[in-house]
Amino acid sequence: METTQILETIRMIEEEKLDIRTITMGISLLDCADSSGESARQKIYDKITRLAEKLVETGESIETEFGIPIIHKRISVTPVSLLIGASEEEDGAAFAQILDQAAKETGVNFIGGYSALVQKGYTAGDRRLIESIPEALATTERVCSSVNVGSTRSGINMDAVREMGRMVKQTAERTKDADGLGCAKLVVFANAVEDNPFMAGAFHGVGEADCVINVGVSGPGVVKRALEKVKGERFDVIAETIKKIAFKITRMGQLVGHEASERLGVPFGIVDLSLAPTPAVGDSVAHILEEMGLESAGTHGTTAALALLNDAVKKGGVMACSHVGGLSGAFIPVSEDAGMIDAVTQGALNLNKLEAMTAVCSVGLDMIAIPGDTPAETISAMIADEAAIGVVNNKTTAVRVIPVPGKTVGDTVEFGGLLGRAPVMPVSRESSAGFIARGGRIPAPIHSFKN
Amino acid sequence: MKAILTVIGKDNIGIIAGVSQKLADLQVNILDVSQTIMNGYFTMMMILDVTKATKNFGEIKKELADKGAELNVQIKIQREEIFSSMHSL
Repeated sequence: METTQILETIRMIEEEKLDIRTITMGISLLDCADSSGESARQKIYDKITRLAEKLVETGESIETEFGIPIIHKRISVTPVSLLIGASEEEDGAAFAQILDQAAKETGVNFIGGYSALVQKGYTAGDRRLIESIPEALATTERVCSSVNVGSTRSGINMDAVREMGRMVKQTAERTKDADGLGCAKLVVFANAVEDNPFMAGAFHGVGEADCVINVGVSGPGVVKRALEKVKGERFDVIAETIKKIAFKITRMGQLVGHEASERLGVPFGIVDLSLAPTPAVGDSVAHILEEMGLESAGTHGTTAALALLNDAVKKGGVMACSHVGGLSGAFIPVSEDAGMIDAVTQGALNLNKLEAMTAVCSVGLDMIAIPGDTPAETISAMIADEAAIGVVNNKTTAVRVIPVPGKTVGDTVEFGGLLGRAPVMPVSRESSAGFIARGGRIPAPIHSFKN
Repeated sequence: MKAILTVIGKDNIGIIAGVSQKLADLQVNILDVSQTIMNGYFTMMMILDVTKATKNFGEIKKELADKGAELNVQIKIQREEIFSSMHSL
């Protein structure tokens, strides 16, 4: 092996912050259903703690041996609405609390799957789960919740959209001592994927195996550094460069995923090759866009730059790995990306541009702080817009906004750690209440006549 | 199990001696060595066989890092697969 290649790998890890963002164990809870809420919860706790007992330890030993940081070890479970529905339990939040306990016992930092899929309609379990989201997120620490309100095949459930606007508001209110932090653990999806290892939107789909290992890789810093070497070159060169580097990053994910799956005796699921930024210097997706020649993320050209990046990451990664899945692309969370925070603070990036960017990035409006007095209907309308982009364009979109209680435009919220800090962004002051009050379903888009 | 050792730092007397003595103490076999001065920095790589090592990987890693601190260089040890999987098909 060549010295330069060894040094390149070491530099990517040390200086450019290449890491395995998460090893997520997906666990099916379908066999834990029980008409008694109490025994269902006992089965859930037992199954999770049994299967994930060695997850954290295994992650740490792989990290030591291969010298690549594995930032998070996490668990995703079957959408819990199915278990709430099967039980006679009225109190959905009790299920969230047992998930929290299991997460603490196994040492994972998040557990996802306090979820409901209501793109076409509600079951009794979905209803109970959604109603309990504010309580669940206020009384737990590590539980993440997601609700899928639309899909390309079934359209958008506007009743759910209306309700989720209210739930986001209530969750913020219930966690107001922590600046609405509960909302950072709540995602409203359209076209949610069933094998996403990234939080807060991870859940273990019903079509998945009993237990699988999914891996999420990251490395915006590595891409940025690679582009620094091709300054002024044509886009053909830019795309090629990103593809090559995405290939290398994904190989790490494949290696770690296989190693983890072998050691844990659990099948390997997928690698999600997403560029997931952190607030750390040199770990920003916005800075990649700026490296392409934009003065600031958010200016004209940003959407095109992001489209190129998102697509090239997928193309490079797909060949590097036996199974690619999850969200795969580039994330654009505002609070978690130093470059995005700067762009918002300078006034170069606003919500309208972010919405356009979500049409070509891998998810949607992510980790955006908005004024605490934003009406629930306005949040619902933001969800509806995002869902429409996803449903019509056949992609996953999502909304994770935080209406920060007591804060308004000009304030900044510190969430700390990887969640970062968010300048409160202005939303439109014109009401969407009449639109959201209608309810019903927006029909699925036509799948022909695509011009 | 094969591993790759990298030693990077300011050149000084006794780096190779110190590192190889430590590896001998740990019962780690050296399969290949390459050493150069890159941009003024002492840069050495070794391919190691750690199959017969007396300690586990975590302990070896820590002892080598301590040795590095003593010699004023940075010593890392990583399983070989991380490099081979990244750079070859």
